[in-house]
Amino acid sequence: MTSLPQTTDKALGLVIDLDTCVGCHACIINCKEWNTGGYGAPLADLDPYGTEPVGSFLNRIHTFEVSPDNAPASIVHFPKSCLHCADAPCVTVCPTGASYKRSEDGIVLVDESMCIGCGLCAWACPYGAREMDPVENVMKKCTLCVDRIYNENIPEEDRQPACVRTCPAGARHFGDFSDPASNVSKLVAERGGIDLMPEMGTAPVNKYLPPRPKTKPESASSATAEAVTEKPGGFLGWLDQALEKLG
Amino acid sequence: MHPAISVIFFTVTSGAGFGLIAMIGAGMPLPNGLAAAFFIPALAGLLAVAGLISSTFHLGHPERAWRAFSQWRSSWLSREGVLSVITLILFGLYTLAWMISGERILWLGLLIAIGSALTVYMTAMIYAQMKTVPHWHTGLTPLCYLLFSLTCGYLLAAGLNGFASGASSPAGLAVVAIAIAWACKYAWWKQAETTSLEAAGSTMESATGLGSIGKVRLLERPHTGENYLTHEMIHVVGRKHAAKLRIIALALGAALPLLIALGVWAFAASTLWLVLAFIVLMAGLFVERWLFFAEAEHAVSLYYGGREA
Ligand code: SF4
Ligand code: SF4
Ligand code: SF4
Repeated sequence: MTSLPQTTDKALGLVIDLDTCVGCHACIINCKEWNTGGYGAPLADLDPYGTEPVGSFLNRIHTFEVSPDNAPASIVHFPKSCLHCADAPCVTVCPTGASYKRSEDGIVLVDESMCIGCGLCAWACPYGAREMDPVENVMKKCTLCVDRIYNENIPEEDRQPACVRTCPAGARHFGDFSDPASNVSKLVAERGGIDLMPEMGTAPVNKYLPPRPKTKPESASSATAEAVTEKPGGFLGWLDQALEKLG
Repeated sequence: MHPAISVIFFTVTSGAGFGLIAMIGAGMPLPNGLAAAFFIPALAGLLAVAGLISSTFHLGHPERAWRAFSQWRSSWLSREGVLSVITLILFGLYTLAWMISGERILWLGLLIAIGSALTVYMTAMIYAQMKTVPHWHTGLTPLCYLLFSLTCGYLLAAGLNGFASGASSPAGLAVVAIAIAWACKYAWWKQAETTSLEAAGSTMESATGLGSIGKVRLLERPHTGENYLTHEMIHVVGRKHAAKLRIIALALGAALPLLIALGVWAFAASTLWLVLAFIVLMAGLFVERWLFFAEAEHAVSLYYGGREA
């Protein structure tokens, strides 16, 4: 059904910490690795070693430069996968019922056996979180690793999304936003988590933690060590004087 | 947005087909006889169906297209699919009755006319519903689609009636119809000048949530090549030639058909000429529809460098 559930029991999603992300792309690689063998069709690549490689990915890292008025520009790596929106426009436009939002945990999924590959859902998503697979011609999107998080056949510490599990910087966190005591809810509260493009009215579940304010350059220079002015004595002093005479 | 030929052909051709079906159903005067009762509805049906079939060419899995009839409660695309089929079936029955009895059943025809107009409206809503594409997200979009569809249908119906009737008066109304349809499109273009992602409140700052820190610019895309999103939604070629293409669309779609219709009206010529006006109008509409897609900016472009993407 492509009507959205009124409410969901849980609101599972990710917190992405823009302060911590180092832009290493590890989450993309692990995402692709897990999901090419997991839920649905494999994630294809065309011409992977050629001059014009294209392929489907469920997660991509953009890199932005942000320039404050009174400080030097800084670089922000920006991972982006499906935000599992509460008011997901990608779901309601779907003519087949292939796209749906689960009422139990709020995960937005595509039933690939029903997808006709019309691409309308990708048009409706403001975030570019949906990509058509170039080989299977069905719509691919982040599944929130639905086949890991409930998977009792894998060790408990692995029952979280592949991207979260692999991030070496700890920039991705997984949890239930409907629970105010959850790790993700607390992070959002502490660090002022934000919605992307709130004006689109999608009510995204995933939240982004803005980079912490950078140290200002003025205060930075005052913190540098004082130059050494003391004259060395003894053998070093003699060497110092001798070398100075030479040259 | 990427201007896919299959979708341009679909919207223009099935728009014209349903326009003609609406005119037939609404009881516009048409030639009598079995040949007319067969060929005129066949032409209308052919246009509508050819458009619908072409729309399946851009599907990844056309063999599953039937599934698109299921979600009419929420999806405009699904609604359009359902209503187009119902209208075409009713139109088939109407045609059969016309061929057998030589009479056109008015109440059924009116129902079909309403179904046709609603189908075109729903086609337009597939685009107009997209908040992500500010140019499309306006009530003027369905209005333009409807007016063009009805104008196409009217020109063709009045033109075909030229086989039976020497009256040139329908050309007067044709002039009015063409003028109104393009006036609406002009208003759409004017509105498109002031609507943009930025005017809708979407900027690279809101897209990244970094606006509270400062001005944002893209430093690096996620990858060096293209991807589905950049192919499908970030099309910049169209914007470069937009002004020239608009003139071509107006010359073919507005000026020529208007001249022909005015000529027919002024010289009391045969309305058969309106068939020619229909053909040039269609040519103009192909250009207009190409621009409709090519000029439209999608919100996702903000993640790929904004306007210059
Ligand atoms: S991020 Fe895009 S694909 Fe994911 S739920 Fe929101 S609108 Fe749909
Ligand atoms: S591409 Fe598939 S999932 Fe997306 S709207 Fe079309 S049928 Fe639904
Ligand atoms: S949650 Fe899973 S599918 Fe989604 S981006 Fe992370 S690894 Fe990919």
